[in-house]
Amino acid sequence: MGDAKLDLLQGTLDLMVLQTLAAMGEMHGYGIARRIEQVSGDEVLLNQGTIYAALVRLQQKGWIEAEWGASENNRRAKFYSITKRGTKQLADDTEYWRRLASVMGRVLAMGEEGARQ
Amino acid sequence: MKSERKRSWRTERKRSWMDSLRRGAARMGGFFRKGTMDRDLEEEIDSHIRMATEENLRAGMAPEEARRKAMVRFGGVEQAKEQQRESRGLPWLDTVLQDLRYTWRTLLRDRGFATVAILILALGIGANVVVFSVVNTILLRPLPFYQPDRLVWIAPEHTEGLSGSTYSVDAFEDLRSMNRSYEDVTGYFAFSTPDNYKLTAKGDPKPLTGIMVAGNFFHVLGVNPALGRLFTADESRKGGPAAVLLAYPFWQRQFGGDRSIVGQAITLDNHPVTVVGVLPESFDFGAAFSPGSKVDILTPAIMDDFRYEGNTLTFIGRLKPGISVQQARAEAKTLFPQFYWGKKYPDSKGNYTGWPVPLKDYISGKLRRSLVVLWCAVGLILLIVCVNLSNLLLARAAARSKEFALRSALGAGRGRLIRQLLTESLVLAGAGAVLGLGLSYVLLRYLAHQGSIALPLLNSVRLDGTALVWTLSITVSTAVLFGLLPGIRASRANVQEALKDGGHGATEGRKHEAMRTVLVVSEVALACVLLIGAGLLLRSFLKVLDVDLGFQPSTAAAMKLDYDDGNNTDRRSAILQNVARRVSAIPGIDAVGFSDNLPLDRNRGWGGPRVKGKTYKPGEVPGAFVYIVAPGYVKAMGMRLHGRDFAWSDNDKSEGVVILNRKAAKGLWPDEDPVGKIAVVGKKDVRVIGVIDDVRDTNIEGQTGWQMYLPMTESDWGPDGAYLVVRTKLPPAQLSGTVLRTLREINPNQPSVEFRPLQSIVDHAVSPRQFFVLLVGTFAGLGLLLASLGIYGVISYSVTRRTQEIGIRMALGASPGNVQMGVIKKTLQMASLGISVGAVLSVAAAQLIATLLFGTTPTDPPTFGVMLVLLIGVAVLAGYLPARRASRINPMVALRNE
Repeated sequence: MGDAKLDLLQGTLDLMVLQTLAAMGEMHGYGIARRIEQVSGDEVLLNQGTIYAALVRLQQKGWIEAEWGASENNRRAKFYSITKRGTKQLADDTEYWRRLASVMGRVLAMGEEGARQ
Repeated sequence: MKSERKRSWRTERKRSWMDSLRRGAARMGGFFRKGTMDRDLEEEIDSHIRMATEENLRAGMAPEEARRKAMVRFGGVEQAKEQQRESRGLPWLDTVLQDLRYTWRTLLRDRGFATVAILILALGIGANVVVFSVVNTILLRPLPFYQPDRLVWIAPEHTEGLSGSTYSVDAFEDLRSMNRSYEDVTGYFAFSTPDNYKLTAKGDPKPLTGIMVAGNFFHVLGVNPALGRLFTADESRKGGPAAVLLAYPFWQRQFGGDRSIVGQAITLDNHPVTVVGVLPESFDFGAAFSPGSKVDILTPAIMDDFRYEGNTLTFIGRLKPGISVQQARAEAKTLFPQFYWGKKYPDSKGNYTGWPVPLKDYISGKLRRSLVVLWCAVGLILLIVCVNLSNLLLARAAARSKEFALRSALGAGRGRLIRQLLTESLVLAGAGAVLGLGLSYVLLRYLAHQGSIALPLLNSVRLDGTALVWTLSITVSTAVLFGLLPGIRASRANVQEALKDGGHGATEGRKHEAMRTVLVVSEVALACVLLIGAGLLLRSFLKVLDVDLGFQPSTAAAMKLDYDDGNNTDRRSAILQNVARRVSAIPGIDAVGFSDNLPLDRNRGWGGPRVKGKTYKPGEVPGAFVYIVAPGYVKAMGMRLHGRDFAWSDNDKSEGVVILNRKAAKGLWPDEDPVGKIAVVGKKDVRVIGVIDDVRDTNIEGQTGWQMYLPMTESDWGPDGAYLVVRTKLPPAQLSGTVLRTLREINPNQPSVEFRPLQSIVDHAVSPRQFFVLLVGTFAGLGLLLASLGIYGVISYSVTRRTQEIGIRMALGASPGNVQMGVIKKTLQMASLGISVGAVLSVAAAQLIATLLFGTTPTDPPTFGVMLVLLIGVAVLAGYLPARRASRINPMVALRNE
């Protein structure tokens, strides 16, 4: 893999945003972006700007909602929070990712086992 | 476990579906709330970058560096905005709107072009919609009856005229009881004349047209009354209660749509008759069974009244479910020969055959070919319109090549450019379609109210949903067809070349011109096919008008005459003599006669005359068309007579007399003069006193059959009412009042009617052909106009392009005449190429319409000659205008300009 950062798979950013909001509560766009960068240990290739497309998409699906408010430094910022439907969706998607990851893991491990024999 | 997973899958599906719906709605919202959302996003991004900068500052970066780093981490601001916009709104709709706005501005800037293009498209699309609607009404739409595909028309396989296709009452009753193929069989009395009833209400008596139908007629067709009920079995029985059903338009016209009329009695032919119901608006007897005539009332046929009057009934059957027409035909083959003409006459068995055909085929089958030809003609028009517009657009694309080059240099993709041009085409075609729909709406309304065109179902022609779908599809395909070629060409233009100051290079221009020339040549070829087709049909029409009718319709007029002779021949004779004397005295009237029916108006077949003393095999003597006439008729009609006319003195006391037509006379006495010979008509001996030239009795284009004329003054021949026929040089309408007043003085019960010019009967008979010729002719004219526009466009463009060259040539000594000739020669080259191709295509096309021609061969040299000369003439004219402009080029100006 080397030094190259991970390219985000389609739809993964949405899931990351949902999980971030579920875990951290109300946050503004910059906060979300920073949080994802920190958690991923800077392994993810993320232009912070792309987060806004994901935010509007999730909002339109009704999974998150937004409200203008004041930031820590008393700066006007838009705060996002996860909705009930969003939480449900997150549970589904998490389940899906876990299963996919485990299947992928098994499939990819197959060659290694074969090599060992 | 399994079911649980399934359920969860299902709820998930449902949820994701709901989500996409919600998202779709939100996207729509995003599309419309662009402004607010953009401002919101801007502010959000702004605060994002500030926060990032502050954090960087806190981390100890210099202010400049902190902001730069923040921007880098964010990625492109504009990109992020665009990304967000794309996921929140409807990007494709944005593009479409942008294209539309741009199109609108472009077309507005070039109003002349837009107007011409839209007009051309409106004509092309409008014509197509009209023809489609007519075709749809007559050929495609099902008949306005219940399960019409199971209805069949039953007649002998090869019939000439209606009289050959009718059956006797006894045969009708046998068919109903003996068949296994039909749910039921019905029929109507085929030989009703127009204005055969007299309605007496408040005011003057009025003539009505009524048809006698079998009692089960409406049950078999599956027509329910709009008001009241259908006939009962009692009402179809002799001596039963008198009943009548009103046709919807008549009910509206005569009774103002008064619902209480049902159950009341009206006075028909001086007898009270109960109105039992009103038929629905969708049922029009005339439209389906006798195109171009109106029927006011329908009465139950009392079979016993005309049981032995001959073959008077037409048959319509409703097939049982699962029985095919073929099966019914097979049955008819064995069944029909068992029928009697009349059961009283045992030897009258075995003369019938039957051949069921789908009712729809009977009603519109004969018109199929004409309509298909019409459809092709109008399709050709649309094709010419497309070619023409392609051409116009190509010319425009040439002028706009810089614009396209600029746009493509600024990053517009090729697809985007093509899409822009297609949007323009679609907008033009759409505007043309709207205008065309308006045109066709007006035209179709006009056609629907043209009661005099003898085309079936035409009264119900209208702009319906199917026609709108058709319009939409031809509009889109037209737009793609004429927009795609110029679009592809324009988008392929060489950016470098186009942006250079000199405009496009010479090669590009020449290629361009070559393509346009090809288009114009094909346009001329298509127009040529249309013109020659129309020419052949026009010539056929003229030939039909030129047919020797055997009488002179132009100065004759007829009026239904009412009289009460109490079935006494002498009284009838006295009344008619009185009327003849009084009417003859009116100034302007040259001759007066009477007949119980008029040529080309109805049908009637009797057993034909035979030579006395000769025995014939059954079926050897053809039936004859009978006119029962009074003295003077032959002269009033302008018929040509050899021998003498009837006289008032030919009556029951004198010897029976007959006048034959030439065909019957030749049939009976092939080599002798028949005048003076004795023939037998029915059981009576009659002396042939005259022979007239054949009169076209049932149709103009077919063959004439045998005809015989019998005197009204003999009691053996009961006339079926009477028409007063006059010959006059005055307009008949001008005489109506005076004549009617005279008739009223003799008989106060005379219904008030107008004189019917005999020419109108002839016009009615030729109206379908006239209708087709008019339409095809119009299309050909349109095609010619479009082709000349195309020629003009190309030649004009080439003159503009070659202004310099022409300037140089003139500076070097070419005379204006030389230049002019050069341009016209070029035009002629192009036109004659198109015409040659067109002429070859026409020969093939003419074969396809050969069966529609009358007295004209498909390769009729005069038609080809005239049309080709016409085309060349128009082409020269179209080339002359640019040629004149070319010859007036001032070399000094032309050369200085560059």
